[in-house]
Amino acid sequence: MSQLICDDVSLGYEGRAVTEHLTFQVNAGDYLCVVGENGAGKSTLIRALLGLKAPMSGTITTGDGLKHNEIGYLPQQTVVQRDFPASVKEIVQSGCLNKVGMNPFYGREARVVAQRQIERMGISHLQNRCYRELSGGQQQRVLLARALCATGKMLLLDEPVAGLDPKVTREMYELIAKLNKEDGITVIMVSHDIAAAVKYATHILHISHVPLFFGTKEDYLKTEIGRAFTDAAGGDEE
Amino acid sequence: MTNLFATLGNYFQYPFVKNALIVGVLIALCSSLLGVTLVLKRLSFIGDGLSHVAFGAMSVASVVGLTQQMLLIMPVTVIAAVGLLMGGKNRKIKGDASLAMLSVGALGLGYLIVNKFSKSGNISGDVCTTLFGSTSILTLSKFDVWLCIVMSVIVIAVFVLLYNRIFAVTFDETFTTATGVKASAYNLIIAVVTAVIIVLAMKLVGSLLISALVIFPALSAMRVFKSFKSVVVCSAVVSVLCSVVGILASIVWSTPVGSTIVAIDIVVFLVFTFIGFLKGNNSLGIQTKNNSRERKTNQ
Repeated sequence: MSQLICDDVSLGYEGRAVTEHLTFQVNAGDYLCVVGENGAGKSTLIRALLGLKAPMSGTITTGDGLKHNEIGYLPQQTVVQRDFPASVKEIVQSGCLNKVGMNPFYGREARVVAQRQIERMGISHLQNRCYRELSGGQQQRVLLARALCATGKMLLLDEPVAGLDPKVTREMYELIAKLNKEDGITVIMVSHDIAAAVKYATHILHISHVPLFFGTKEDYLKTEIGRAFTDAAGGDEE
Repeated sequence: MTNLFATLGNYFQYPFVKNALIVGVLIALCSSLLGVTLVLKRLSFIGDGLSHVAFGAMSVASVVGLTQQMLLIMPVTVIAAVGLLMGGKNRKIKGDASLAMLSVGALGLGYLIVNKFSKSGNISGDVCTTLFGSTSILTLSKFDVWLCIVMSVIVIAVFVLLYNRIFAVTFDETFTTATGVKASAYNLIIAVVTAVIIVLAMKLVGSLLISALVIFPALSAMRVFKSFKSVVVCSAVVSVLCSVVGILASIVWSTPVGSTIVAIDIVVFLVFTFIGFLKGNNSLGIQTKNNSRERKTNQ
């Protein structure tokens, strides 16, 4: 049984489809990378997977014990967050909100969970610092810790390395790979970075206005579109 | 100096001074609690917009001849607040534009209605009072005071009980919704509470200066403090102190209450900005950091 099943999903705004006929499954422990050009509907797909936007047609279902609110989400930074006065601890704890039910305050349990995720991300020494004063990579770790508070099963990452320098980018990728391999957390990552996608992912979903490819990484590299894209990406870097 | 305290002691014997202080402190407290959220949500101008809507509603109420004007003003303002905060991102007219439209529209129509249909002899005086709240806080009725106390207690209770959720919704609405917390419900509550506070605050500073009560304490606190909790607490303390000092000063030197409070808020803001600058977390530093990050993204 798959954790997440998209069956013939079409997404769009005001009756105009951005992307159509998406069909794919994500199993526990997979590392799926969603690639595609700007405007191909990657962000729309994320909103749909999170249940923030209903698909125009088709169905998105969760299974294998995964509930819809158990997808830990790492969003792109918003303008509001850049100068938000909040300590690291406050932000990470806010990830526990879906566990406390009607209780207006975080219980002991939620605080312990938050503390454990802070340690897991290696940011204990920053926990009383102000979020806006951290570096980009540190901020991403804070948001990742928050996402892990909300779930232990699946992470949905939206361009997690946007704006990070090469060294921090590599550290971030290694951290995500570690969560996937060692802790068995399913990862869905939206990225422009085809090179990294090919390096770390187990599955690739390449979308344009129509889905171009879904399958394992090995199969992707054999396809024309995969080769064209990876060659182009490789060429850009050199 | 002793003379000053003697004068103040004299004034405290009048019930209207006590009433003014009670109402002033409560409103300052409520508006500063919500102010932090509103400023961070980039809704600083909502106070201005909603208070103009309240002014419009008040004009209609006074022309129609309602005795309890609150019965009209409160629902109209709440509806406007809900419309503004809940409208979402898919609207044709974007947030700031619709806010500006509503704000000037209600102000213009409100004045038009008062000017054409009011039976009062001193129209410009009436309008000036509503806009700048010059004396109305010193002429509070018993009903006003009790209404204000009850509303404030409700607002403070809501804020304390929903504190963690308000934080989450303010910091990251998308994440909060995605993890199964009903962010839109909390946005609705924030909208309603904002409207209630603004209608109450009209008595204190008048509809033109409400924004000051909402934004100045929050901005001052943000210059110096770095966690959400400390910003909220500091903003509440600053707001209450400024209002108390403002009300007392306005009584002693017979200056308009609203403008006096705003003037003191501005002075405190400048002081806090200076302290923040000394502590090295001036807004300028944050600005350059952001710019460099954006440049990196663009490359």
